[in-house]
Amino acid sequence: MVPLSYYLVLGGILFACGITGFLIKRNLITIFMSIELMLNGVNLSFVAFAAQWRALSGQVFVFFVMVVAAAEAAVGLAIIIAVYRNRETLNVDRVNLLKL
Amino acid sequence: MTPDLHLWLIPLLPLAGAAINGLFGKRFSRQAVVAVALAFCGAAFLLALSIAARFSSLTLPHTEQLATWLRSGNFQIDFAFYLDQLSFVMVMVVTGVGFLIHIYSVGYMWEDTGFYRFFTYLNLFMFFMLTLVLANNYLVMFIGWEGVGLASYLLIGFWFLKDSAASAGKKAFIVNRIGDFGFLIALFLLIKHFGSLTFTDVFAKIAPLSPETAGVGLLTSIGLLLMFGAAGKSAQIPLYVWLPDAMEGPTPVSALIHAATMVTAGVYMVSRSHLIFERAPMAMMVVAIVGTLTALFAATIGVTQTDIKKVLAYSTVSQLGYMFMGCGVGAFSMGIFHLMTHAFFKGLLFLAAGSVIHAVGGEQDMRKMGGLRTKIPWTFWTMTAATFAIAGFWPFAGFFSKDAILYRAFQSNWIYWAIGVFTAFLTSFYMFRQWFLTFFGEYRGGKDAAADHGGHGHGGIHESPKVMLVPLVILAILSVCGGWIGSERFDKFLSPVFHPTAVVQEAAPSAPAEEGPSEGLLTSVSIAAAALGLGLAWLLYVKNPELPGKIAASLGAFYTAVLNKYYVDEIYAAIFVKPLVDGSRRILWQTVDQGVIDNTLNETADGARDVSDSVRHMQSGNIRSYAGWVAAGAAGLIAYMVWMGTR
Repeated sequence: MVPLSYYLVLGGILFACGITGFLIKRNLITIFMSIELMLNGVNLSFVAFAAQWRALSGQVFVFFVMVVAAAEAAVGLAIIIAVYRNRETLNVDRVNLLKL
Repeated sequence: MTPDLHLWLIPLLPLAGAAINGLFGKRFSRQAVVAVALAFCGAAFLLALSIAARFSSLTLPHTEQLATWLRSGNFQIDFAFYLDQLSFVMVMVVTGVGFLIHIYSVGYMWEDTGFYRFFTYLNLFMFFMLTLVLANNYLVMFIGWEGVGLASYLLIGFWFLKDSAASAGKKAFIVNRIGDFGFLIALFLLIKHFGSLTFTDVFAKIAPLSPETAGVGLLTSIGLLLMFGAAGKSAQIPLYVWLPDAMEGPTPVSALIHAATMVTAGVYMVSRSHLIFERAPMAMMVVAIVGTLTALFAATIGVTQTDIKKVLAYSTVSQLGYMFMGCGVGAFSMGIFHLMTHAFFKGLLFLAAGSVIHAVGGEQDMRKMGGLRTKIPWTFWTMTAATFAIAGFWPFAGFFSKDAILYRAFQSNWIYWAIGVFTAFLTSFYMFRQWFLTFFGEYRGGKDAAADHGGHGHGGIHESPKVMLVPLVILAILSVCGGWIGSERFDKFLSPVFHPTAVVQEAAPSAPAEEGPSEGLLTSVSIAAAALGLGLAWLLYVKNPELPGKIAASLGAFYTAVLNKYYVDEIYAAIFVKPLVDGSRRILWQTVDQGVIDNTLNETADGARDVSDSVRHMQSGNIRSYAGWVAAGAAGLIAYMVWMGTR
């Protein structure tokens, strides 16, 4: 059996990749994908713990997260399309009309 | 049972007048202001007269309880008024002379822009003064005591646009405050040891005590502190310095407050507390010495002054000294007698001086007057009466009271008497000097003053209007006749206050009267002193007008010192005022206030700004930097937990 720590380290690496991408990327879609990556890193650790402790609640959490992530993807993509239509760019540094 | 006297109305009426004039006077015409002021003041006088008319049917002392002011355990202070022979005399003097001076002020102040303000203050003063003399306990007396100080401050600084007037007002107030401090401490001592401030209670507890002959005891301390308070209010050494400066006020004010009434409050207070003083021989002696020295000291300064009002101011200080001398040798009733006659003739002197000043167009320097005898005859004759009265010539009022004091002083200690007689000579000299300089010889004012005055639509030297002359004449009559009551009858009248049967007659000095000179001899000596003063003044200022200059020159430094009032003001300024001002500026203001308090605040504010300056850069508005901080924070938190877990 694969030890729990392997899963957790993989989840941590996925999460860290997500954060890094979120922080350094300019493109909205890439940022969006980074967020999905972070969610999946967390999901991985949830299922890993669930398997380890033979508890179903971890699996249930993952489903909830997936549902929310799907909803978020729908809304987020709609916003991205709207932004692109208005600004003709997806560079976040140029989507700054609300900033002083 | 004494009928209802409505004593409370006597002070309250002038207060009502002050309130009406103070609140609405600005919109009133001058006539209306006069009507209000005179009506309320006159009503108080009429009420006092009605009491006088019923006087023989009254059972005195009469107390009128109005309300409880404060109560704390057994200690209670009431708003209550107290009428006995002493306060009756004071009420008559205050309302009577006060009313006359109100009338006079109508003429004197008519053209002043602050007309309504003047009468407001004058009425306010009457309220406080009457509260002072009618109070039945020390605390209500203290209300009046402080109140007259306030009124005095307001009236000295009446022409507050003039810098000297404003600072004279301040000086009077502050010096009075120093004296009040002593008075207050005395009151605290009374509360602590006798548990009451009501006159009757306190005196009932003091009466059985025996005199403190050995050392300084409680009564001596109380007496000395009361005397200190009285010295502030009544301008005695060492606190007399404010009174001469107080002459910055309008002349009627000088007459009412700084001659006839307020400054005598100290004498009244000491007389009221006579039981305390009679049981504290040392305090009595201090009163007598202070009075005697003040009388002499002020009289010598008076000799050199050239300002007509300043002469009178020093003369007032000197005469107050006589009153304290009288109180100090146990002749309280004579002190009050002199207080009364002094109110007549000194009030008159000031009013007449005001009339002179009015006549020559605001000039106060006597060297620029002269020859006014024929031009302002009414003023001349009334002032003559007052001058003879203050100099102590028979049968004018001042003779009787001053002579009575001197006689009693001689029985106590001949030194008091000797200084008193010498002072009487000086008094006579400087008063006749003033009389001769003002009314005799040639007019020395020059044409420009008269011409300048003509610009105001008066034209030349002129007699004052009737409204000013009537009070002068009435006071002149009183100055002549006021003393005819005689000191013995006056003494008998006041004896229920000063020699109640329960009190042991104070020790022997009345017995050895047959040894030593008789009263007749002493009287002739003091009249001779007065005549000598008159003669010398005539010699120096009429016969040989150049002689005074030569004498002054030959006296050299001494004359300069006296001319400059012995440099007392300068000495006080150097010893008390300058350290206080410098200390306040350097230590309290620049070190404590600016250095500590202000700096603490400023530094705190600066520190807060510096910290926020450095921190606010985090709030960049860049979403990714926020996310970075969140991530870093989360990483830090996890690292901490991991570290804790592995320990």
